[in-house]
Amino acid sequence: MADHNNLSRKAAVILGGASAVARYLALEFAKDGYDLVLADFDRDENERIAADIRTRTGRRCVPMFFDALAFDTHEGFVRECESVLGQAPEGVVLCFGFMPEQLAAQADFSLARRSIDTNFTGAVSILERYAAIFEARRHGFIAAISSVAGDRGRKANYLYGAAKGGLTRYLEGLRNRLHAAKVAVITIKPGFMDTKMTYGMPLPAPLVATPPQAARVMYAAIRKRKNNVHVLWFWRFIMIIIRHIPEWQFKKMSV
Amino acid sequence: MGEPHKTMQLSGWGRMRPEPCRTYRPERLRDCAPVFSDPTPDTLIARGYGRSYGDAAVNAAGVVDMTRLNRMRSFDPVSGILECESGVSLEEIIDAFLPNGFFLPVTPGTKFVTVGGAIANDVHGKNHHCDGTFSRFVRELELLTASSEVLLCSPESNADIFWATVGGIGLTGCILSAKIQLMRVPSAYISVDYHRCANLDAALAAMEERDGAYPYSVAWVDCLAEGNTLGRSVLMHGRHAEPKDLDRRQADRPYAVQTAHKLPVPFNFPGFFLNSWSVQAFNNWFYNKHPDLEHVIVDYDRFFYPLDSILQWNRMYGKRGFVQYQATMPLEHAAGLTKLLEALSASKRASFLAVLKRFGEQGPGLLSYPFKGYTLALDIPNHGDITQFLRDLDRMVLDHGGRLYLAKDACMSRQSFEAAYPRLSEFRAIKERLDPKGRFSSSMARRLGLTVQKEAEHG
Ligand SMILES: Cc1cc2nc3c(=O)[nH]c(=O)nc-3n(C[C@H](O)[C@H](O)[C@H](O)COP(=O)(O)OP(=O)(O)OC[C@H]3O[C@@H](n4cnc5c(N)ncnc54)[C@H](O)[C@@H]3O)c2cc1C
Ligand SMILES: NC(=O)c1ccc[n+]([C@@H]2O[C@H](COP(=O)([O-])OP(=O)(O)OC[C@H]3O[C@@H](n4cnc5c(N)ncnc54)[C@H](OP(=O)(O)O)[C@@H]3O)[C@@H](O)[C@H]2O)c1
Repeated sequence: MADHNNLSRKAAVILGGASAVARYLALEFAKDGYDLVLADFDRDENERIAADIRTRTGRRCVPMFFDALAFDTHEGFVRECESVLGQAPEGVVLCFGFMPEQLAAQADFSLARRSIDTNFTGAVSILERYAAIFEARRHGFIAAISSVAGDRGRKANYLYGAAKGGLTRYLEGLRNRLHAAKVAVITIKPGFMDTKMTYGMPLPAPLVATPPQAARVMYAAIRKRKNNVHVLWFWRFIMIIIRHIPEWQFKKMSV
Repeated sequence: MGEPHKTMQLSGWGRMRPEPCRTYRPERLRDCAPVFSDPTPDTLIARGYGRSYGDAAVNAAGVVDMTRLNRMRSFDPVSGILECESGVSLEEIIDAFLPNGFFLPVTPGTKFVTVGGAIANDVHGKNHHCDGTFSRFVRELELLTASSEVLLCSPESNADIFWATVGGIGLTGCILSAKIQLMRVPSAYISVDYHRCANLDAALAAMEERDGAYPYSVAWVDCLAEGNTLGRSVLMHGRHAEPKDLDRRQADRPYAVQTAHKLPVPFNFPGFFLNSWSVQAFNNWFYNKHPDLEHVIVDYDRFFYPLDSILQWNRMYGKRGFVQYQATMPLEHAAGLTKLLEALSASKRASFLAVLKRFGEQGPGLLSYPFKGYTLALDIPNHGDITQFLRDLDRMVLDHGGRLYLAKDACMSRQSFEAAYPRLSEFRAIKERLDPKGRFSSSMARRLGLTVQKEAEHG
């Protein structure tokens, strides 16, 4: 952490800032003295959340419009952020995501495509730009929320899982590339979080993290420059088991 | 179908009579209006953190969990006015503003309540005798009504709706946001003076004599003491500590308090855990631990929220839950308190906590609870024939011109309620006008005949 202290001000960009976890993650950053850009395509809510963070912490928090699907606007977005913050941010956290209803996405390719374009292509498009800046500058961090759904394809949600799986592989490669430039890449797999995405699903309560709880774990992991993080530790073991079930067996299961 | 929802077993904090409720949880302010105009549920009620003890926020047809609507909008450090959505908790307000020297002007005995819940019950704190209820510090609120309008209500505009909503247990509509006046404090600590009183008369006399000199006053009462020690208590008087009252370590950072580590109660304790012996032992210990002492420096958390450090302490009463009983009687009928304490003491129904306080003047809220008199709040575990026992207590309270607090009540009859709330008809008129179809309703509203007249006539 020594190197970022010589920046005049700590600043970070939160992409998908209007999601429940992103909001609490942004709050952790702000409490720790960061200035923030909060970027989301829900303008109205993004502004409310930016106001909330400013009110609670007194830090600077600027809402900006960002659409993960509008790839050709990403370059401009990065530049605008820099001019708003007066410098390139120390790091960027990717929180946006899109989970279609699996059956609906099977029936309608536009939903499947939106999942892939948001969770994978959109992520690659924006993160590549930050990777180039941080690599040249030789410091920074890139954190992204992927999902355990990407660790193994399942019939229940593979059109979401495949895109998140792609994201996880992408982050792995990026970490490998940026290691030499001392830029940390942090892959976060939340397990279940109690958000709009999961409200109403019959999930076992102990497996579900609240957004503030998840955000605290994520923030600590970002500070420690971890490689991979599970929000609730036992998810790691659950996923080890799930990954080790032989395919001939797994294909018959409903998990 | 309609908006996303799930069925949850909900009860009040006393955990009696849970009901399966169709529960919605809007994440964003924008999601709120569609939930309230979803035609599937016949009736709806807003719910905060469920810290009301009875059925005020329980409704099988539809409950709207407001806790995700917790954005703060702005804070003006000059005026001390905070504008926030109604799901913001008092804990969040303290966390954000105590470091800058601001505190809640009125706070109940737990900080795990929402701003919406604090308004809907017009809660009071240990400073009621000086500062009145929560609503005195609400400058304005946004109310989503049954006709899907958003009304700005304040003591100046839509004043009648404002005073019906304050203490109106969610029945006038859903409070979306509020502007609240916070108060500057010199530190995060309270300077407390303890005074032991050998019996009830001594406690009442001491309150009358000393309350005026302190913003905070409350007495802890040993409900199991009998005879001439009936009502023996420890009177606690406090004021915000000035930096000069603090020790070096505290004075260095007067607004920084290490909040106590929270202990969860992971499961229901066996029903016998809190019995008259264990409580008697605790009460003796507590009484003897507090000889008359002055200027004891206590942090705000321990002074205002002694129970909050034990999460879900309500499980200590076992699976059957408990009733929290809070009665207020006018000053001239303080004798009623003696009767109440005698009945409790005789029944050996253990009350872990009994709290006595002298209220100040009544506020303008139509159903707002406090009025000038003595208020006594206690826990009664749910065992034996509790209904009959409570009916006996209710009669004593009514006979002495007193009444019960809706935030605590789970059992009162409609007749007792109607007899004790003189401004009920004004409330009903406004309810009828705002919500003629009775869209906002709860188990409590039906029990007390607080829904629209049509329904109320049929009981
Ligand atoms: C340990 C403990 C100590 C307490 N001490 C005190 C005390 O000292 N003084 C005191 O006055 N009270 C006290 N209480 C009671 C508590 O302050 C009130 O019951 C408070 O209303 C609970 O707020 P809540 O957010 O949990 O609301 P809930 O209990 O969930 O709901 C309470 C009522 O508010 C309504 N409501 C909630 N949100 C909204 C909204 N957004 N719009 C419209 N209506 C809404 C509900 O419909 C319901 O009628 C105490 C409770 C506990 C558990
Ligand atoms: N909840 C879980 O259990 C869980 C589990 C594993 C991983 N995750 C991941 O955690 C992250 C946060 O999820 P959440 O549960 O908090 O869900 P969420 O509230 O739905 O968060 C997703 C956020 O991304 C935004 N977004 C979607 N498409 C976008 C686009 N094209 N451009 C910009 N922003 C876009 C959404 O905006 P709108 O709301 O306006 O659409 C929303 O703010 C997501 O990446 C999700 O995949 C969640």
